[in-house]
Amino acid sequence: MTTLLQIHEPGATPAPHEGEQNLAVGIDLGTTNSVVAMAHDNQPEVLLGEDGSLLVPSVVAYGENPETLPLVGEAARQLLLGEPESVVSSIKRLMGRGAEDMKSLAGTLPFELAAGQDGGEEGGMVRLTVRGRTLTPVEVSADILRALKLRAETALDRSVDRAVVTVPAYFDDTARTATRDAARLAGLEVLRLVNEPTAAALAYGLDKGAEGVFAVYDLGGGTFDISLLRMEKGVFQVLATGGDAALGGDDFDHAIAEHFLAQRNEADSSHILTSDEAKTALMSARLAKECLSSAADGEWMIDAGGAVTRHRLDQETYQSLIAPLVARTTDICRHVLEDAGLKPEEVCGVVLVGGSTRVPLVRDQVAQLFGREPLADIDPDSVVALGAALQAEALTVGSDSLLLDVTPLSLGIETMGGITEKVISRNTPIPVSKAQEFTTYQDGQTAMMIHVVQGEREMVNQNRSLARFELHGIPPMTAGAGRILVTFTIDADGLLTVSAREQTTGLEQNVEVKPSYGISDDDMTRMLRDSMEHAKSDMTERLLAEARVDGERVLSALGAALSVDGDLCVDADREAINQAVTRLREAIAGSDRDAIHAAIADLDEASRPFAERRMDRGIRKALEGKQVSELAEEDSSSPSDDSSSPSGEGGDKNDDDAAAAR
Amino acid sequence: MMDKTAKSLSPESSGQEPDNNGVAEAAPLSDAASSPAAVETITPAGVAACWSCRGPVTAGDLFCDTCEAIQPPRPVDPFTRLDLEPGFEVAPDHLDRCYFDLQRRLHPDRFATKTSRERAISVALTADINVAYETLQDPVKRATALLEMQGVTIHAEGCNTMSDPVLLMEAMEQREALAEAETSDQVETIAAVATREKTDCLTELAGAFNTNDLSAADRLTTRLKYLMKFEDELRAARLRFSQTS
Repeated sequence: MTTLLQIHEPGATPAPHEGEQNLAVGIDLGTTNSVVAMAHDNQPEVLLGEDGSLLVPSVVAYGENPETLPLVGEAARQLLLGEPESVVSSIKRLMGRGAEDMKSLAGTLPFELAAGQDGGEEGGMVRLTVRGRTLTPVEVSADILRALKLRAETALDRSVDRAVVTVPAYFDDTARTATRDAARLAGLEVLRLVNEPTAAALAYGLDKGAEGVFAVYDLGGGTFDISLLRMEKGVFQVLATGGDAALGGDDFDHAIAEHFLAQRNEADSSHILTSDEAKTALMSARLAKECLSSAADGEWMIDAGGAVTRHRLDQETYQSLIAPLVARTTDICRHVLEDAGLKPEEVCGVVLVGGSTRVPLVRDQVAQLFGREPLADIDPDSVVALGAALQAEALTVGSDSLLLDVTPLSLGIETMGGITEKVISRNTPIPVSKAQEFTTYQDGQTAMMIHVVQGEREMVNQNRSLARFELHGIPPMTAGAGRILVTFTIDADGLLTVSAREQTTGLEQNVEVKPSYGISDDDMTRMLRDSMEHAKSDMTERLLAEARVDGERVLSALGAALSVDGDLCVDADREAINQAVTRLREAIAGSDRDAIHAAIADLDEASRPFAERRMDRGIRKALEGKQVSELAEEDSSSPSDDSSSPSGEGGDKNDDDAAAAR
Repeated sequence: MMDKTAKSLSPESSGQEPDNNGVAEAAPLSDAASSPAAVETITPAGVAACWSCRGPVTAGDLFCDTCEAIQPPRPVDPFTRLDLEPGFEVAPDHLDRCYFDLQRRLHPDRFATKTSRERAISVALTADINVAYETLQDPVKRATALLEMQGVTIHAEGCNTMSDPVLLMEAMEQREALAEAETSDQVETIAAVATREKTDCLTELAGAFNTNDLSAADRLTTRLKYLMKFEDELRAARLRFSQTS
């Protein structure tokens, strides 16, 4: 099986004349901070800003002129206090969220939501208003990703257009799709969406050569994940994962800010905070939180509504404010341990990830739950990006290690009475594909509605609605006679696709999954058009690159076939094949995608007789092999040889073996 | 029932040109993962045509010997899918080794820079492998698969009428005891009994399969299904106690 190794040999990757195509970075797109990193020979490194900074604050400031590019990072963060109305932060919390979700969250959010969704459409993605502009979270995230791409390009001094982007393990399908769309908008091809705790484990595992079951406790700015992984000989197998996509350090800030504001209201309750003032209050709360990670107490100011107030906070009060939030994380940890059928003492190490694990109460509670001191020797802010960079290298250059991840949430469909029927349960290894058969329930029924939801609750309306779609074109039959097989596939990115087939007629239907809270294709096209002029040429480039990969594949397959079965290629064919090969090579060297596809088709046609003769010989050989083995069974004295396996090692070799046996 | 349908993911009646083995479609097949295009025709000699070099491939091979292209999955039983001998007793270590071995070669991460066709085949193949792994890890699903392979149909999960009156009584008593448990110690006592019963049931089931006593295997599978469900209930009870404390 040595031949298999060649499959991911660097030289075997397509388009060798474009060596830089291999380059891919790892990006941790965080709620509070983002990081970009790059690995070389299994050594990941954070790509620093020109000022030497490690982190890019996930903050975007939009200027008055919509034509000028927004400020991203530290520069934008500086504007938070001065001109909060132009600054957007913590946008990750809104990724994949619908307008409906916001009703329960609104109030203290530092966002100004656009009034009324476009055309009064029900559902749809949430939109923000910033300086008169209407923005989706996808667009804001794309601005952050553009800044990270630029940072990487500056640091590496070459163009970067492929990345592994991390997402919280507990992100649902809509949030994952939104993240991938944001990268696309920023001109980045997402090689893989990797779960943050899994990426962190990769960085730890490769660094420490660890073996056994590890827990990764990842508390970021806006999300919480806990993953249990088994590490064994380079395989990182996620056993179970859980979390809360809306629980993080931001909530600590909110708890502190609410405490401060309650104190303020005792003095003067007449003033209702605007969203900009909420931003300043949160800023003070964040300062308090960071300070109290080491200090015993302190005093902070809130300057809002023309009144300045001072607020003392000591360690004890602080801990009582955040204790319920931390308890939520440890409860989730217990659930995940139960899911994996493990006891805390069976976990041989706990890894802390995310800036919020700097909070002493968090460390204490995690240590108490697992009965051991957690590991935090890799900087919790950059460990995810380092893991993503390692995975980016693994995907492009090759690797000995392998990540086997799971889907964090069950996938189901709505059945009678609004009950969820699970099709794929949580913690199922991905990719996974499961099919479910539906029958018609009315005579002559020609269409059927299918509602896909994600979540663990029994009632459909308590789960996340992913998509609704209708199957049409069912031939009219008596009730129950129509059988439709719907297949749900979750790919290695954790993204869902659905296909349906009418069983009695074999009619295949391409089902378009319209995400309930996603971006419509029209919107995506508009954004791509609006965003950068070269976004379109990016797309053309990508399709061209795909065509080249296809062309190279055809050439190498033909080359392999000729070297094995060359004797079957008669002169007349050879000339036609050679001409077609030359044309395909030229087309690959050129930049016309259609010409490549046409040349592939021509070569397929030219080599058809050759391929047919190869098949004929293959079948003949297999049949002979059968006879030989049948003979061998009858006559046990005959020496066994390998001619029963048509292993394609070449007819000559087999003949030689046969001769030798004689 | 779900497993049954999952197996027919790549149905043989594909509606594609049967003599062409899908070769004509050079166009990207991003959705080939679950599409019937992933199925080839196999000649009587057990030889299929490789989609990439169009030469002969032994049916069931994961890669083409000639051009090394990954080959689309065909419907097989979970044991064959994971390169294991069919049988009820499966050593977890051995299962994991086979599973990891296949994943190392076939996982989509190995094909991230390959053609869309290869990526799609990898997704379809590893999805099949994951379903087979899940089936073989779970003793009830494993037993069901074995019975099905020998032509015994197990009742769908929704309508498992407990026809065995002894089992029914036992189940009711255990449920009642669990519902009345007031301390986590009481839960643990019930759990200890349930664990012992499960171990016994597994041993008996293995014996039934070894002696090819399919009707006993059928009956014990139903019993095991109940015992495993009760285990879930115990888990939920444990969580309840761990959180109120």
